[in-house]
Amino acid sequence: MNIELLTLSKVTSISGDSGDFTVTIKQSPRFVDMEKCIACGTCAEKCPAKTTDLFNEGLAKRKAIYVPYAQAVPLKYAIDKNRCIYFQKGKCRACEKFCPTNAIKFDDTEKDITLNVGSVILTAGFTPFNPDRFDNYQHAKFPNVVTSMEFERILSAGGPFGGHIHRLSDGKEPKKIAWLQCVGSRDLNRCDNEYCSSVCCMYAVKESIIAKEHLGPDFEPAIFFMDMRTHGKDFEKYYERAKSQGVRFIRSRVHTVTETDETGTLNLVYTTDAGERVSEDFDMVVLSVGMEPAASAIEAANTLGVELNSYKFVKTSGIAPVATSREGIYVAGAIQGPKDIPQSVVEASAAACSAGISLSAARGTLVKEKIFPDELAVQNEEPRIGVFVCNCGINIGGIADVPAIAAYAKELGHVVYTEEPLFACSQDAQDKMVEIIREQRLNRIVVAACTPRTHEPLFQETLRNAGLNAYLFEMANIRNQCTWVHSGEKEKATGKAKDLVRMAINRATLLEPIPSLSVSVNKSALVIGGGAAGMTAAISLADQGFNATIVEKSACLGGSARDVHNTWSGEDVQQFLKNLIERVSVHPRITVLTQAEVVEASGFVGNFETRVQAGEKTHSIQHGIAIVATGGQAAGTEEYLYGKHPSVTRWHDLENHPEKLAGAGSVIFIQCVGSRDEKRPYCSRICCTASVLQAIAIKEKQPDTNVFILYRDIRTFGEREILYKKAREKGVIFIRYSLEKKPVVTETTDGLEVRVFDPILQKELLIHADLVNLATAIEPSPNADIAAFYKVPVNAENFFMEAHAKLRPVDFASDGLFVCGLAHYPKSLDESIAQAMAAAGRAATVLARASILISPLVSQVNRDMCIGCGLCTEVCPFGAIIQEDADGKGFKAKNISASCKGCGLCASSCPKKAIDMLHFRDDQIIAAVCAAA
Amino acid sequence: MSNKTPVGSVLVVGGGITGMQSALDMAEAGYYVYLAEESPAIGGAMAQLDKTFPTNDCSM
Repeated sequence: MNIELLTLSKVTSISGDSGDFTVTIKQSPRFVDMEKCIACGTCAEKCPAKTTDLFNEGLAKRKAIYVPYAQAVPLKYAIDKNRCIYFQKGKCRACEKFCPTNAIKFDDTEKDITLNVGSVILTAGFTPFNPDRFDNYQHAKFPNVVTSMEFERILSAGGPFGGHIHRLSDGKEPKKIAWLQCVGSRDLNRCDNEYCSSVCCMYAVKESIIAKEHLGPDFEPAIFFMDMRTHGKDFEKYYERAKSQGVRFIRSRVHTVTETDETGTLNLVYTTDAGERVSEDFDMVVLSVGMEPAASAIEAANTLGVELNSYKFVKTSGIAPVATSREGIYVAGAIQGPKDIPQSVVEASAAACSAGISLSAARGTLVKEKIFPDELAVQNEEPRIGVFVCNCGINIGGIADVPAIAAYAKELGHVVYTEEPLFACSQDAQDKMVEIIREQRLNRIVVAACTPRTHEPLFQETLRNAGLNAYLFEMANIRNQCTWVHSGEKEKATGKAKDLVRMAINRATLLEPIPSLSVSVNKSALVIGGGAAGMTAAISLADQGFNATIVEKSACLGGSARDVHNTWSGEDVQQFLKNLIERVSVHPRITVLTQAEVVEASGFVGNFETRVQAGEKTHSIQHGIAIVATGGQAAGTEEYLYGKHPSVTRWHDLENHPEKLAGAGSVIFIQCVGSRDEKRPYCSRICCTASVLQAIAIKEKQPDTNVFILYRDIRTFGEREILYKKAREKGVIFIRYSLEKKPVVTETTDGLEVRVFDPILQKELLIHADLVNLATAIEPSPNADIAAFYKVPVNAENFFMEAHAKLRPVDFASDGLFVCGLAHYPKSLDESIAQAMAAAGRAATVLARASILISPLVSQVNRDMCIGCGLCTEVCPFGAIIQEDADGKGFKAKNISASCKGCGLCASSCPKKAIDMLHFRDDQIIAAVCAAA
Repeated sequence: MSNKTPVGSVLVVGGGITGMQSALDMAEAGYYVYLAEESPAIGGAMAQLDKTFPTNDCSM
């Protein structure tokens, strides 16, 4: 309601400054009235003009009037003017003729819109690399060479082939598919994209696993790669899983794809590690195409006047990852550089946080809140049910006998009114429903139509407009579950629809109004951890006007960033840290407690209470949200003579002791020390870049020093790839090793000696080393107590677990709790800063309100039946049921509604059936089930 | 930035997963949001993906 969607819109100009911009937007005509279109699809069905369906990457056709995809928002049709026969030839107007709501507007015109905004956030995205220009892959010519994006559509159940994988040449199921990595990435020879696109390794692994699920155990996927870059959280495990499921990984860059026969079989020639030349046939080849800034994104950036880097991504700095060159304009996502979904979502929230900081004085000035009429007290009335059987145009009415269903419903108990709207969801039908509810004094509503997933909120709002509680509503999905799946069996579809309607009515009879639930919000924050992430989170909250307390275990602020000299993009980390500590220390809204530890915590979103022990003193802190930023550190190791020989060091030891380097003739870096092995089956993400940076610095200062990096895969993802290239240009020697053949470090009379098997030379090398520096694993700081106090989960490697790996990367599953920095996963400083700002941005969505509405669909304990066994408390993943001492009567379970997500685990595990879920009470569900019998 | 009170609204340019998240966060934090998207519908590239790892969730 406070988001205004402007589709088909492009920014054309901007003037003004941060806090007060004037932006003009050109909105192309849709030729369909959004108010009237009910997305019935009749227009597209009747439209005679077919064209390429770009949503399906050109693998299918669509009509000139279309929605890009079935779940599109807004779900409104649009006319593609360039393909419309009326616009091109002056005749047709079939859509206009058949549209049941007169929504077609051929006279629609382009609009100029002027907006006055305080900030702009640029998130215009990327475009997949187009490989057609590479004659060696023949994507444009060979039907069985597809891009990874095309393959996504081929895999998709909603795609052009219904999820059935087949060759485009002859329709046969492929037995063998090859993925070729780095197409349009890490390639200066044939395109200008020398960066790594960061996401292709993982999506190729994913596509190969999903393809195997589709095609069965005989299917043979193979991925041809240079370095396998599975550096994200839980990615390495996914890679290992792919290997164990039979995905072949071949380290080779394939030069050419050729067609071997008329059916379209493809041949690849590649060289193995051992130098052997292999020729192998595949049924299909998938080109793992990289990311490029979209032309339209570059145009938008130019219009907004923000600087781009040499690859035309938006320029930012390593210490201000979402700030553009223009104050008040922020950036997030792949328009800033190649990145995956979680990082894009993190930056999205970080950019919202930045914009929130610059506009905090105006927070709440322009937002609106919808007001509903007071709810009628209908609880004690006899049920008066109204049933609306929707025709959904011809979607339902064209197959099922809607009048018969309505007539059937009318005969059922408590039903006092029925109606058969053409489209129950159209605005006029909604208005009419409000009138009918009032006139007929209806107190339960059943809509037999499409899916509640998309339409329940709409109808619930209609009920509220009529003064009914939103939960006096029930839906029967007679479209998806009847007329769609039984489209060839009209009678059966009608029969099943009657069954579903009968079930819905029976359940509706027992529905009860459920009052909305809200909790007040204490507008202050607790930040646990005073490193770069914790301090950034605190300052980002304080600058938005919220008080924050930082709890730091050690005696000083700064955390693990104190060891780091430069960001990978070159910024001075110590200067940044000094400024940050100074700002945090003097900020009037920030309290810093050092040598302090959380000793107890209770409460829920908006109302936490945490006890902190700081030296002798105990503080009791009331706070509305908490951000966990407990950090991480480089692990120790017993490998490679670490701790036994003074010349074996780790991480930043050499940078912190430059005197060790002076005069060193040979320095060897060893990567993956304690990472990507059985004990820590994850990649520490930042070590490749860190060692490459150090190697460059040594070479720049003392070019005669031999520098070696012994690695398993070089994972300089994204634009960090340029550093890898630079290191090679400066003469740093990279030697790959495998987990099975690790390097061996031994002490000699004049230093150290490293033995390593070089897979290219197929020979063991013996290298003299004056210094050996180890990139040991990054592990989370001890966090078991914090996990227990706030009941937040950690993964198998003790990193805190976010609510959703892709879409909620800084939220915990429990409301009001957020995570950032190394406590979540190893990450570089720019990523930690972005995540900390994102946590503050997400926290602001809670702290900005005086109270927050929470879902009232929670569990309810019958205290008389409860025996206090505690099973519900144990199984609840959200800490939403506690055991309370009930005045000498033993323990009784108590629901904390604010924390409850209504999952029902407690109810289903209760041995006494003392717990019921509101709106899904046993008797309500049993009523529906009995009606089906 | 001048000293006068800023305007309490924001323009988000691009309606993919990133733009949608920014828009939602801003709106929930008390700012009016304009979300401008070039195509007829929001969703961006993520809507085209079949599934996402590591959970193989449907990305729709």
